[in-house]
Amino acid sequence: MYKWPELTMLTKAMTMLLLATASMAASADNYSGVGRAATPKEVAAWDIDVRPDFRGLPKGRGSVDQGQQIWDGKCASCHGTFGESNQVFTPIVGGTTKDDVKNGRVAALSGNSQPQRTTLMKVATVSTLWDYVNRAMPWNAPKTLSTDEVYAVTAYMLNMGGIVADDFVMSDENIAEVQKRMPNRLGMTEKHGLWQTSGKPDVKNTACMKDCAKEVKITSELPAFARNANGNPVEQNRNVGGVRGVDLNKAAVVKVSAPAAEEGLKLAKQYACIACHGIKDKVVGPGFAQIAAKYKGDTNAEASLSKKIKLGGSGAWGDIPMPPQGHVKDSEIKTMLDWIMRQ
Amino acid sequence: MSMQIKKSGLLRRAPENFLDAPLRQSITEQGLNDERRGFLRKSFAAATAALASGVAMARPGTVPEGDGDPLILNLQDHAKTLGNPVVMQAYGQPSKFEANLQRRQSPGLTRVPQASVSFAPLQGFFGIITPSGLHFERHHQGWIDIDPEQHRFMINGLVREAKVYNMDDLMRMPSVSRMHFIECGANSATEWGNVAVPTVQYTHGMLSCCEFTGVPLSVLLDDCGIDRKKARFVLAEGGDGSAMTRTIDIARAMDDVIVAYAMNGEMLRPENGYPLRLVVPGVQGVSWVKWLRRIEVGDQPWAAKDEAIHYIDLQLSGLHRQYTSVQECKSVITTPSGGQMLLEKGFHNITGLAWSGRGKVKRVDVSADGGRSWRTARLEGPVLGKCLTRFNIDWNWDGGPAILQSRAIDETGYVQPKINQLREVRGTKSIYHNNAIQSWKINEEGEVTNVQVA
Repeated sequence: MYKWPELTMLTKAMTMLLLATASMAASADNYSGVGRAATPKEVAAWDIDVRPDFRGLPKGRGSVDQGQQIWDGKCASCHGTFGESNQVFTPIVGGTTKDDVKNGRVAALSGNSQPQRTTLMKVATVSTLWDYVNRAMPWNAPKTLSTDEVYAVTAYMLNMGGIVADDFVMSDENIAEVQKRMPNRLGMTEKHGLWQTSGKPDVKNTACMKDCAKEVKITSELPAFARNANGNPVEQNRNVGGVRGVDLNKAAVVKVSAPAAEEGLKLAKQYACIACHGIKDKVVGPGFAQIAAKYKGDTNAEASLSKKIKLGGSGAWGDIPMPPQGHVKDSEIKTMLDWIMRQ
Repeated sequence: MSMQIKKSGLLRRAPENFLDAPLRQSITEQGLNDERRGFLRKSFAAATAALASGVAMARPGTVPEGDGDPLILNLQDHAKTLGNPVVMQAYGQPSKFEANLQRRQSPGLTRVPQASVSFAPLQGFFGIITPSGLHFERHHQGWIDIDPEQHRFMINGLVREAKVYNMDDLMRMPSVSRMHFIECGANSATEWGNVAVPTVQYTHGMLSCCEFTGVPLSVLLDDCGIDRKKARFVLAEGGDGSAMTRTIDIARAMDDVIVAYAMNGEMLRPENGYPLRLVVPGVQGVSWVKWLRRIEVGDQPWAAKDEAIHYIDLQLSGLHRQYTSVQECKSVITTPSGGQMLLEKGFHNITGLAWSGRGKVKRVDVSADGGRSWRTARLEGPVLGKCLTRFNIDWNWDGGPAILQSRAIDETGYVQPKINQLREVRGTKSIYHNNAIQSWKINEEGEVTNVQVA
């Protein structure tokens, strides 16, 4: 038997459901009251990007000379006087030739031999330099250069790279001509499978399951001196579970007592080592702290550095040779090295 | 007692393991002299005594002494005292015993801490979700903490109407919550030429995976009336000092990209872009612009600094590949991994992570002999597209040397390559997109190290 009241309620419920569905459908097409139109000035304030076809580039001009002044004041401390510094950031200038400017390809990039690539070796589009200086430089005060200053700094960088002349004044009107001189302007390719999800992979492996190789040869292992370069794994792993971090301190570590440390400095003064080596920084030869950093974790450091001190050497830090110090006793060399390696 | 040991699947270490590693090394290299012989005799005596009494050198808790484990027999202090009250930590923190699991910088990798990277401790993670506080960091000009009430988001360019949204607007809109991995394009970059870093934190730690919540970018672009005929690319721009910009092609922008404000159930962390970042599933992290302030719709790519000077992949020909974006299928064993030590012979769960920027992971194979033979691992659910997938496989370590590898296959059928296969095509200077199979060597002492094999 049906009970009418129940059916009525059901019908009511269904009607309500239909209404609800209808109102939901209506709301999905527009988000009433959400967001607002941007004003033209708001768009202008934020739309600062400059494309390779120079869309977005504001009118303005700046000379190489003006650029040098700004550079020396605001850029050189990080990038070096000639844009060549590798101390704080990777170098901007260097590695390009007149032929590269002519050919549009940086020859030094071929053959996988270039240890360090500068900005001017890589960048294909002058717009990229302008846009980046404008949006993100100087490092600690981004977006504080005027439009003309951005032109000037860009011109100066290009001048240091031999791309524009000393008396060049760069502007929105001649930037397209500069583009034609960019040393690596033809150095980019979009022909690869890593742009789109559906792109075609360039490397093909197969899922072999057995007898996949006759012998397995280890081609690369971490050298002993680098074992502790990233800290002690026992301090980087959980102390519970199926594994633990390896404790590198359980390997033999030379511990130096405080008097020995003072003795090391005394000897370095006595033998006039500090005439050429700073405690921290390079004077003629590398600073002791730099030596310590370079050889940190190298189990052969004592042996190889002892030899260098006794016999002299050059090449590891530059061409200026270190004269042999045959008159220093072995035990004194050891004391000094113990101290040097702790700088 | 020996029955209990068998049941727990743990074996005692071989007696020679009672010798110090340096002593063993010295005997191997220089033979036995009287001093070493004496040392050896004492060690063996101790070892034999230990074996005879059945207490060996096992870890605490694995083999009972006397009547049993004092941690069970004697009531512990924490079971006899009153515990701490609620909200003693209004925002909960991990146990103090977990302090080793931290984000870390790789010494010498970068010279400026504001333009640097911290690596996530993958060696300690479980499952697929990265705890928010351990998500890897990559900043280009330092991180900032923006007041969300002061944050604005603009869409302009090839749209019917350029619009401004505040956070209230965005959080009122229909939201989606999706789990995706994020991997820096330069993850594993140090390993192109040779092994360079010791642990999985540094080889693979520019990788994280979270649940992100936000508004699909397609919804916002439609709300502004995107010009579907002319639009071919969008530019994403950050609101920080670097004002980071990256080009994203329109097909992807209209597909699964999210303008996200939340991560793992709470708002984004400042280091991850609070209050707004782009989520670009399957694509390298640099495109996931943080502190997102603007999307511009256009018809040409922008060649921004991080797609024209950095994040370009040098090939053997001297050409750079530009706009490389997809993170191809990759996997890594996280335990046991470099810098770890197996405690015992016998049963171990080999576990790791697999992912693909082109979709779901279909299968992961694991080798313990450097790639001569492989077994298929178990995939733990859920297996989601462009998301980390956890894999596990049983392994009995016989105490001999081993080389562990994992090899992932995604739903397109693509098989994760060997490092030499990548080098043949791309050389060793391309920095980005190294998705090679990782090898971990295990020596007889159970120590795991990073190696490459051919």
